[in-house]
Amino acid sequence: MVPPARPRKLAKVPFVELADGRLQGVVSSGSDIGRVYVSSVATGTFAFACSTNNNRPCGGAHGSFCNHIGALINEAVLQYGAPRVVRYLKADAPEGDTDGAGLASAMRSTRPQADTTKAAASVFSRFLRHLAYLEHAPVTAPLPEMQFFPPTRAVA
Amino acid sequence: MRADLLAGPVEGLDEALEAVDAFDQALVAGLLRPQPAGTAGPTRLADAVLGTPLAAGVAEAAAKAAAGAAGEDHFVALAAARTALHGSVHDALLTRVDEAAGRQRGADVVPVAAGQPTANLLTAARAWLSDLARCGWQGLDHEVVSGAAEVVSAMLPDPSLRRLATLLDGFAAELAASCPGASLERFPLRRWGDLWSRGMLLTVPGAAVAPVTGTADGRLLPLGIDVTEHATAAQAQVHAVFEPADGSAPRLVRASVSVPKPDTVVGAGIWQLMRPHMSLLAAAGEGCSMDLTGMPVTAEGDLVWSDEHARPGEPAEAFATARVALPTATAPVTAPLDRHPARIAVPVFLEGYTTRTDDEGRLTFTVAGLDLVVDTDRIPAAGPLTPEAVAKSGACIGLIRWDAGSFGVQPLAVETTVRKKVTAVHAGAWAGGTTDKAGARAEKAATDAAKVLSERAGRLLRK
Repeated sequence: MVPPARPRKLAKVPFVELADGRLQGVVSSGSDIGRVYVSSVATGTFAFACSTNNNRPCGGAHGSFCNHIGALINEAVLQYGAPRVVRYLKADAPEGDTDGAGLASAMRSTRPQADTTKAAASVFSRFLRHLAYLEHAPVTAPLPEMQFFPPTRAVA
Repeated sequence: MRADLLAGPVEGLDEALEAVDAFDQALVAGLLRPQPAGTAGPTRLADAVLGTPLAAGVAEAAAKAAAGAAGEDHFVALAAARTALHGSVHDALLTRVDEAAGRQRGADVVPVAAGQPTANLLTAARAWLSDLARCGWQGLDHEVVSGAAEVVSAMLPDPSLRRLATLLDGFAAELAASCPGASLERFPLRRWGDLWSRGMLLTVPGAAVAPVTGTADGRLLPLGIDVTEHATAAQAQVHAVFEPADGSAPRLVRASVSVPKPDTVVGAGIWQLMRPHMSLLAAAGEGCSMDLTGMPVTAEGDLVWSDEHARPGEPAEAFATARVALPTATAPVTAPLDRHPARIAVPVFLEGYTTRTDDEGRLTFTVAGLDLVVDTDRIPAAGPLTPEAVAKSGACIGLIRWDAGSFGVQPLAVETTVRKKVTAVHAGAWAGGTTDKAGARAEKAATDAAKVLSERAGRLLRK
């Protein structure tokens, strides 16, 4: 079973996930409430990308991680716990109490390249799919299958 | 409670589970290629259901699987055999619990929904599960696993497909977190086998339908709330004693509410999503009864809740209900397809036990000489009940469950002594909201998270 996400504030980074071989997510723009950045770091190579949802490249992501990517890494560590993020990214971060900043600098020190795979559209559509979970109506017919999914007090 | 009756071995249980395990082992390498000599997982299943109506179909499916030529219908037959074996285990275990708890169980026949037309989405779900069976847990990769996403997204809006959608969603998330399969040293074989075969059976049209067989009029006395959840779904199930207005025998019933959720909605946020859809959550949290009029109910004792059939009743303390009404209540039957050990959750009242916490923090109740492991991990985090409170308790309302080969108890509420006063603490006390300081903080954090997500959804989702 997968331990549940740890609670975190969502205003800055409403969506983060470990999927498709990337740490990826959506970061709210600090200046424009209607704009979001789609940011990602690839497993193993740490190839990074950051652009708006309308595919304009982020000005900060030249040469290395921008602030959006930094925020994404921070929130991933909050939500999933450092060990799981480090393991997923195959990062060479010190064992124990790694924080987001430490993990980011460990990856930065390998001089990663910009990611050219243009995954922004698919990440953004995964974010929309994630938001759509709020729109589904609750049901009061029993779901016996949920008995296979007990809660746990353990956190990620 | 005659706890000693839970201790002895159950005849035939090991043999049934050995056949299940043999099949589960075959799913590690997958069923795409002919089975190597000496590994006869599917065949073991077929042997185990010899002499039952499933025999011929399963024998054919096992032969095809052994040759690496099984099709989707064969996979369904194998899943059915595995489910039937678990059904027999369920029945044997439940008989034990009923004897121990002194519970009378009804003998109603759960009606089976009439055959229904095949739906495209069910076919798509079956195709994905068949892909899993072919590639095996060792062959898992993101490409295979991600095949579920589209099916789940298409199913979720339709409440009648919610059972399968919720199962597949939780299963796929778990598989994705374990990818690639080749790098795993150990697989949760029994668990993934359970989820796979459950999903397969639910792709049979009509399998997920639980027909309403009557209506309930009378008084509902809540015992406690059981919460289940995975990353993107949660369910709260209120266990209660129902006293029919016509004076007939009181019955054990359940009322459930479930909701899909984003994975970042956790803890109190889950209560917030479900709260508006079932007034019973607040009543159970506050220790009140409810009066029902014409509430639809299934043969399995599940109330299909709608607030229009219920109104608030008198205060009804759960421990009074557990002491007075619970011992006389009869329990409903389980629908044939739902018979599985994981489904066993029998409400009981325990007192006069001693508690012991071992070095690893595992809590045990010794009840009438029998050790019952207390599953404190199932106590929801968004509530006032804690493992520490359970360890200091003198009386407990709980659910008897069976896990990993032995019976245990899941606490729903306990009585503990606080400043020389006996106080009841309920796992679901915050279901309807709370004025508790820690609870209010959790509520606030959850409200903020939900607000951000709906603001983002409002701005970005195409309407």
